[in-house]
Amino acid sequence: MVYANVEEANNAVISKIIAGSPFLLDVVPAKEVIDAFNHGKVLLHAGPPITYDKMIDPVQGACIGAAIFEGWADNEDDARALMESGEVKLIPCHHVDAVGPMGGITSANMPVFIVENKTDGNRAYCTMNEGIGAVLRFGANGPEVINRLRWMRDVLGPTLSEAMQMREPLNVNVLIAKAIAMGDEFHQRNIAASLAFLKEMSPSIVKLNINQKDKEDVIQFLADTDQFFLNIMMASAKSVMDGARQVQEGTIVTAMCRNGYEFGIRISGMGDQWFTGPVNTPKGLYFSGFSEDDASPDMGDSAITETFGVGGFAMIAAPAVTRFIGTGGFFDALHISEEMTEITTASNPNFPIPTWDFKGISIGIDARKVVETGILPVINTGIANKKAGLGQIGAGTVNPPMECFEKAVLAYAEKLGFEVGV
Amino acid sequence: MLHTIIEKNSYQDSIVLMLLTNYLETLDGVNNVQVMMGTPANKDIFKTGGLATDELEKASPNDMVIVLDADSDDLVDEVIEKSKEYLDEQGQADDQGTDDEQRVKTWDKALELGKDAPVALISVPGTYAAGEVEKALDAGKHVFCFSDNVTIEDEARLKNLAHEKGLLLMGPDCGTGIANGIPLAFANRIRKGGIGMVGASGTGIQEVSTIIHKLGAGVTNAIGTGGRDLKAAVQGTTFKDAVALLDQDPNVKVIVAISKPPAKEVRDDVVALLRAASKPVVAIFLGEKPAAHEEGLYRAYTLEETARIAVDLLNGQQPEAIDDQLEVPTIKLDPKQKYIKGYYSGGTLAYEAATLMNDALGLNAQDAGDGYILKKEGYEVIDLGDDVYTQGRPHPMIDATKRKEMMVEAGNDPETAAILIDIVLGYGAHDNMAGELEPAIKKVIADAKAQGRNLPVIGTIVGTDLDPQDYHNQQKILQDAGVILCQSNAQAVKTALALVGKPVHEDLKPILPEEASDAVMPAVSEDLQKLLTVDKFINVGLESFAKAINENGGHAVQFDWHPVSGGNVELQKALIFLNKVSLNKKVEV
Repeated sequence: MVYANVEEANNAVISKIIAGSPFLLDVVPAKEVIDAFNHGKVLLHAGPPITYDKMIDPVQGACIGAAIFEGWADNEDDARALMESGEVKLIPCHHVDAVGPMGGITSANMPVFIVENKTDGNRAYCTMNEGIGAVLRFGANGPEVINRLRWMRDVLGPTLSEAMQMREPLNVNVLIAKAIAMGDEFHQRNIAASLAFLKEMSPSIVKLNINQKDKEDVIQFLADTDQFFLNIMMASAKSVMDGARQVQEGTIVTAMCRNGYEFGIRISGMGDQWFTGPVNTPKGLYFSGFSEDDASPDMGDSAITETFGVGGFAMIAAPAVTRFIGTGGFFDALHISEEMTEITTASNPNFPIPTWDFKGISIGIDARKVVETGILPVINTGIANKKAGLGQIGAGTVNPPMECFEKAVLAYAEKLGFEVGV
Repeated sequence: MLHTIIEKNSYQDSIVLMLLTNYLETLDGVNNVQVMMGTPANKDIFKTGGLATDELEKASPNDMVIVLDADSDDLVDEVIEKSKEYLDEQGQADDQGTDDEQRVKTWDKALELGKDAPVALISVPGTYAAGEVEKALDAGKHVFCFSDNVTIEDEARLKNLAHEKGLLLMGPDCGTGIANGIPLAFANRIRKGGIGMVGASGTGIQEVSTIIHKLGAGVTNAIGTGGRDLKAAVQGTTFKDAVALLDQDPNVKVIVAISKPPAKEVRDDVVALLRAASKPVVAIFLGEKPAAHEEGLYRAYTLEETARIAVDLLNGQQPEAIDDQLEVPTIKLDPKQKYIKGYYSGGTLAYEAATLMNDALGLNAQDAGDGYILKKEGYEVIDLGDDVYTQGRPHPMIDATKRKEMMVEAGNDPETAAILIDIVLGYGAHDNMAGELEPAIKKVIADAKAQGRNLPVIGTIVGTDLDPQDYHNQQKILQDAGVILCQSNAQAVKTALALVGKPVHEDLKPILPEEASDAVMPAVSEDLQKLLTVDKFINVGLESFAKAINENGGHAVQFDWHPVSGGNVELQKALIFLNKVSLNKKVEV
């Protein structure tokens, strides 16, 4: 393809986002689909590249938990020493077609969803949601956490995999379209989609010829885990955005992620390059007994949902959670969604939002518009305790640093012949 | 004949599909049609409706199914195409009506929401004004530019650009206006009516329009041109287009033109154009004392006279003499009390005061700069809205601090014979300026009394009973404080002059035959016509202007303006570059 100008290139990216068709194919151990795991000790993490010493406490805690889970150490001290030794190679999830929530720590034997974007033939991966409370993604690494990870590896993953083989691949767009009409925005609220997922899967699960207890546990876990769909959404959004960024021109943001230390974005015209700036700390509502002083800086690859056009960008779809994340009521949500249309390029008609008069979700964040207007993307997010293992302490919203977008715009202009500093 | 169209994996809400079904039914050649997701329950509905087909059975619950009964096969493609269009449109639901407030931060969005708005109001920092005006003109909008500090070269260029596009650029430095009865920027609420105004703008338009209102008539459109329009460099581009627009508006019976005297180079053009108007014109060139009217072109000396002649003409009467029998209160002044001091918040009012004083006292004083419109011996008229006083300080229509200081100081000067003040009401002005000034007025009077003198404080209220401030209450506060309140600024100044023994005499001017004019009214474009009936605006900048519009039956899209990329010049350049750069190269997809 030849594009006359940035506008046209951006429109090509947009067309690919709209045409994206993610299907959930299977759940398999990460090492089966991500080759990096087969070459020494490797952990994936959320956000742009980072070294262990720069990781914040919850992310380090998650690394330790993963090391114990993988059997590299049998206690926290040894696991920490191993991590500090540098023997474990750290790779951003995004570099291996994956995304990870919060710390995003993913290891070889954790099961991951496989989502394929049938339009462009590419795949994306994400671990499964562990539920709430003490969980690895918030840095918890006690026996309860490790035992759950083992159960997910030994029971939940294989069960879902078998069940999926009994049915057609799950068309994720259909679930998204249904659940957005039921009040999900897919970052803070996934309850409708999670239930729809359970509805899709349970007929197959109950048919499986497996241990009855396992069957009951799996159904119970899915029934209890309101955010289970989030990780499917993340992998789906990743698959669509990776398909779209095959158009290697333009200023559309193709990834936003954070590692607790830096926020990173990619734009379509700059391929794999990250443009980073220091992360902010989310603002929002805290569970009783906690305050902003306890909050961990922003982390996780889950901002791929906003990149895709849901999450904070579709706030108006989920009036139910607007207060929970501290943004006031319906009209604040409306205001946020309206404002996001000033930095996006189009609406995706596949996902109309009833509470927005059936306007489609806003897609295609244009880094130029962010820089021009000073309007930063709004990302809905859980807020972690800054100490590892204490879990979620609230929910709110957070913005990327403007620096990411400025650097990206300048770099792309420079690539096309603009002389910086003249 | 039945046709089945299956869109695999295309989930749509059932309500949307029902609406789509209704829409497809309206297409010519469609006998029957139904669109639903391919669920078992829906398949039964298809069957009941006589739309059962073999292909239908193959559809899954995730597929959108259209079963079409049409005589022609050709219709199938059309139905597919129309359905796609319809569903896409559903996803791009109109923005109108989703949010009453309509706030935006970009031109793209402003123009999207304000696509029906013919006028953009621009109030942004002066250095950005020219650029924003040009964007608005390029988007086909008339511009009301409140911002000042635009170079005169830019003004001339932008006004020519507007003229070529059939648009009007009001301003820069256009402080007030009325469009289709809607007050713009710092403006009063005036009833609609048969008088059309064009003026350099500012308190001249406000004084004349409020007096017209008080006399029972009304103004539907008052077009501001900015203070430099009749300078040689600008050639009166906006003034001429505005006169032409008002001249062909059937609702305008009388045209009022207010300006400082035009530059020598444009004066003949402008006067010839006014003579060429098909309607009676009342013109005031502030500072000039005309000796005679012409048939159809009436010449006024004061703003009050301008309003009175316009209303007389509207009522089908010839202008009457301005009443010489001013009711001047009897106040005994000390022989030392000689000097009149005027402390004005309105520039044109100050200018009018200076003109009347110069003429009556034979002072021959020139504008002395630094806000002194007149300064000679002890006589002084100060425009507190001058840049000297407003750098880093609010305008005197909002903040009375400096004015009160000056009044009190003048009150203690044994040579002060009278103090003149104006109280401007309307949008943009203080909620209670009378209350703000009250303590200073009382102090001036009390101080003088304590020193054994009478010191009249003479004032006028520029406002109407429709203004957001309570006109009658403002009146009462001032009268109770001891102000001699006059019906116009001219009367206030004349009262002061009469008190110092220099009454102003205005003779009834003779009406001479109109001089011949070969001027041709500029053509009025269809776009320009829209200005007369405008009710939608894009307000770029000061939010209070949008509020005034919305309170008066108009609708404004509020554009919360910020400099592009936070004012970072390199980023601005990079953005311009990216908007223009060509990508003519092969890209692998």
